[in-house]
Amino acid sequence: MGRIRDTGLVQEEPLIFEKGRRGRRGCSLPEWEVDEVKPERVIPSHLLREQWEGFPEVSEVEVVRHFTRLSQWNYGVDSGLYPLGSCTMKYNPKLNEEVAKLQGFSKLHPYTPEELCQGILRLMDELEAFLAEITGMDAVTLQPAAGAHGELTGLMMIRACLRDRGERRSRILVPDTAHGTNCSSSTLASFQMVGIKSDERGILSAKQVKEQMNEEVAALMVTNPNTLGLFEEELGEISEIVHQRGGFVYCDGANLNALMGIVKLGDLGVDVVQVNLHKTFSTPHGGGGPGAGPVAVKKELVPYLPIPVIERQGEKYYLNWNRPKTIGKMRAFYGNVGVMLKAYAYILSMGGEGLKRVSELAVLNANYLMKKLKDHYHLPYDRPCMHECVFTDRYQERFHVTTLDIAKRLIDYGFHPPTIYFPLVVKGALMIEPTETESKDELDRLIEAMILIAKEAEENPDLLRQAPQRVKVRRLDEVLAARKPKLRWSPK
Amino acid sequence: MKDFNRYLPHTAEEIQEMLEEIGLEKVEDLFKMIPPQYRLTKLLNLPSPLSEMDLLRSLESLQSPFYSSFLGGGAYHHFIPSVVSHLASRSEFYTAYTPYQPEVSQGTLQAIFEFQTLMCELTGMEVSNASMYDGASSLAEAVLMAYRITRRRKILLSETIHPEYRRVIQTYIDPDHHEVVLIPYLKEEGRTDPHSLFHHLDREVSAVVLQSPNFFGIIEDLSGISERVHQEGALLIIGFSEALAYGVLKPPGLFGADIVAGEGQSLGIPLSYGGPYLGIFTTREKFLRNMPGRLVGETIDLEGRRGFVLTLATREQHIRRERATSNICTNEGLCALMATIFLSCLGKEGLRELSLKNLSKAEYAKRLASEIRGCRIGFTSPTFNEFVLELERDPQEVLRELRREKILGGLSLARFYPELNNHLLVTVTEMNRKEEIDKWAELLQKTMGR
Repeated sequence: MGRIRDTGLVQEEPLIFEKGRRGRRGCSLPEWEVDEVKPERVIPSHLLREQWEGFPEVSEVEVVRHFTRLSQWNYGVDSGLYPLGSCTMKYNPKLNEEVAKLQGFSKLHPYTPEELCQGILRLMDELEAFLAEITGMDAVTLQPAAGAHGELTGLMMIRACLRDRGERRSRILVPDTAHGTNCSSSTLASFQMVGIKSDERGILSAKQVKEQMNEEVAALMVTNPNTLGLFEEELGEISEIVHQRGGFVYCDGANLNALMGIVKLGDLGVDVVQVNLHKTFSTPHGGGGPGAGPVAVKKELVPYLPIPVIERQGEKYYLNWNRPKTIGKMRAFYGNVGVMLKAYAYILSMGGEGLKRVSELAVLNANYLMKKLKDHYHLPYDRPCMHECVFTDRYQERFHVTTLDIAKRLIDYGFHPPTIYFPLVVKGALMIEPTETESKDELDRLIEAMILIAKEAEENPDLLRQAPQRVKVRRLDEVLAARKPKLRWSPK
Repeated sequence: MKDFNRYLPHTAEEIQEMLEEIGLEKVEDLFKMIPPQYRLTKLLNLPSPLSEMDLLRSLESLQSPFYSSFLGGGAYHHFIPSVVSHLASRSEFYTAYTPYQPEVSQGTLQAIFEFQTLMCELTGMEVSNASMYDGASSLAEAVLMAYRITRRRKILLSETIHPEYRRVIQTYIDPDHHEVVLIPYLKEEGRTDPHSLFHHLDREVSAVVLQSPNFFGIIEDLSGISERVHQEGALLIIGFSEALAYGVLKPPGLFGADIVAGEGQSLGIPLSYGGPYLGIFTTREKFLRNMPGRLVGETIDLEGRRGFVLTLATREQHIRRERATSNICTNEGLCALMATIFLSCLGKEGLRELSLKNLSKAEYAKRLASEIRGCRIGFTSPTFNEFVLELERDPQEVLRELRREKILGGLSLARFYPELNNHLLVTVTEMNRKEEIDKWAELLQKTMGR
């Protein structure tokens, strides 16, 4: 009683543990076929599980409805425009999903003898070559599972190479516009992060780098285009400065979507770059992963690649585990192959011409949006952008409306909000990355909504502060969540 | 019209309109800020674009053939109910990103909250994060976390831990700050040598790391270990690669483990030649703030309704930056969802039954193998769904002969343990039909007789 409410199609849905009945089950299991072995017979009883507390007991129908309802409370790229800056939320082609599900890949055990894995090894080898071509580098490892994992891999290779040279450089120069992962990856790789300021143009100046570069610095870790959506115009010169003093240039390739077929990072002097397949190469973000973060390197770092490395002898591909200078392994097996398959299919769908078009249109979309919105929202760096642009809430401040309010109000208009309060160098940042897969019509709708919101901020700011209204839940008490952490369901 | 334009909606007219709006003439003008000497003048050297049909055909041809398989060692063939892939293929789940905006991400958030609960139950621990990359990197993060807590440099690592996991731990730690002591296994029993373990245990040790079931498939006897470890002020970390074992085994949490970190691939995630998999990471509440990775917590909204948010983010890289507990950002969210759906379908009884079926079939295969001349069960300790077989012939040759009959008969251990160069790791799950096991044993007997 009292469990029915007129919530319409946005149904209430309890936790899976709060559903079902004792003895219910949502699956069928294969036949026993052999005699059931009583576990006490073969395993000492003090090593056996006695009881379960909170495992669900539900039918298949209940499972299906439960997760279907949950999915309906989510917003994905397939729901609409998802302009989350720095995340490249482009359309995820369905063909790629089919490819990853092909059973000759999905049911393939990682320890299957190489002679039976020639197809997948060839595909991985080709994907490495494609990524090397796109970034202008000499070799690629596909092992890292995500962008941050790739950063760590790259930095560890730099560390290993420096120690081999007999150098103990301890610092990494990281610009103030960097992703948080750059800083934490530096620490994890035993380096000390040293900040470097971007200039009034929003980019790094060669002059500044020259001042801070010395024999203590192992690498400069730069993002290009940077997180303000700006191209690092002086990177070529900066790389020369870093190299002259014996350092490496690491590029966070999270924003590669702006550069494909336009410029190669390797030509700009970059020595290591990680590529986020789940951003630039259209593989879905999965509600927070899995992604993949292959790392591309220049010659000097090749000996340090994680093992195994895919090599070829004549027509035969094999995994080479015997590489004395390798940093080791970053994870078990060879990487997120299921994700690689999707990225490979994407590159083959687009070709060189298509990928160039992708970058052109991604940059066109961002510049169009920037132009259309800059009279309504403060644009801290008013210069041509690449794949994304960053506004602030400065014009709305006087109405006591914040970036958070603007973001939440966008939800009421049916859009996913942009990235907010990042990069940190911009106070109250609203970072918008439309990606190339959005049409002009869609952009115009977003622009219209943003302009309306700017107007509402002036005329009816409460509407923004109360937003969102037309959702499953309204603003949530995050302070309560952190003060009294409740991180799991418990049986009463 | 080019085929790739199906993903790119712009018409030539629209492009012109947009350029005009920006005040540019042509698309190239968008890139004026790039110094001309770096701008590419040629197209990237990539294959020409393929249509959907042609692409699918060419990829189909790269697939591996199906063999009957007795391979395991950290990746397992298990049946995945249709429900799992159908529900995880709902694009509201898989085309979303990290749930930074909780009002439009309650689906992902509630599912992760359920996942965290299930992982606590499975491992017998108090808190779970929202997932790590895989079992190996999760275990490596556990070692780093123990260092953050204890500030001690020595790590005792059992030799029975998956060799690839050990290698990942060795890669993650910095030899300048850490020292690894490998604890050998008992040659007869195949489990970690407790005498050696306790011999090396002192007040310089930050963590003792064991795996159960271990790489040989053996269930380590974890009783009485945590007491000794805690006496010295160190932490006990338990890894695992076959999560299904905990359907029948007492979870590490009940043996006093401080961190449990392992692989969840067995819980509804396809093999996919090694990834993406699912790193599981659980610990005690008192270590919550030292944990790596994302956490979802329950809270209420403005109107008092229950809702879920990402919480305790002050540990994480996007807030804490160089002082974060880890650099992890993107994790394995969709795999965590798959495991949640899988375990929901199985439920309490189903999980136990599935575990018992694995145990029973492995025991059956073990019995058949033990009756073959020239074959010996490698170790005496109890196992779950894999076991080591010692052969009187070169295992590589034996495997090659089985391969002729389209059977992958096991994993040769020589690569990982040179002293076990006559040994095979054999894995038997519910996927191996009885007739398949019989055929495997029959062929094994035949090859051994040769």
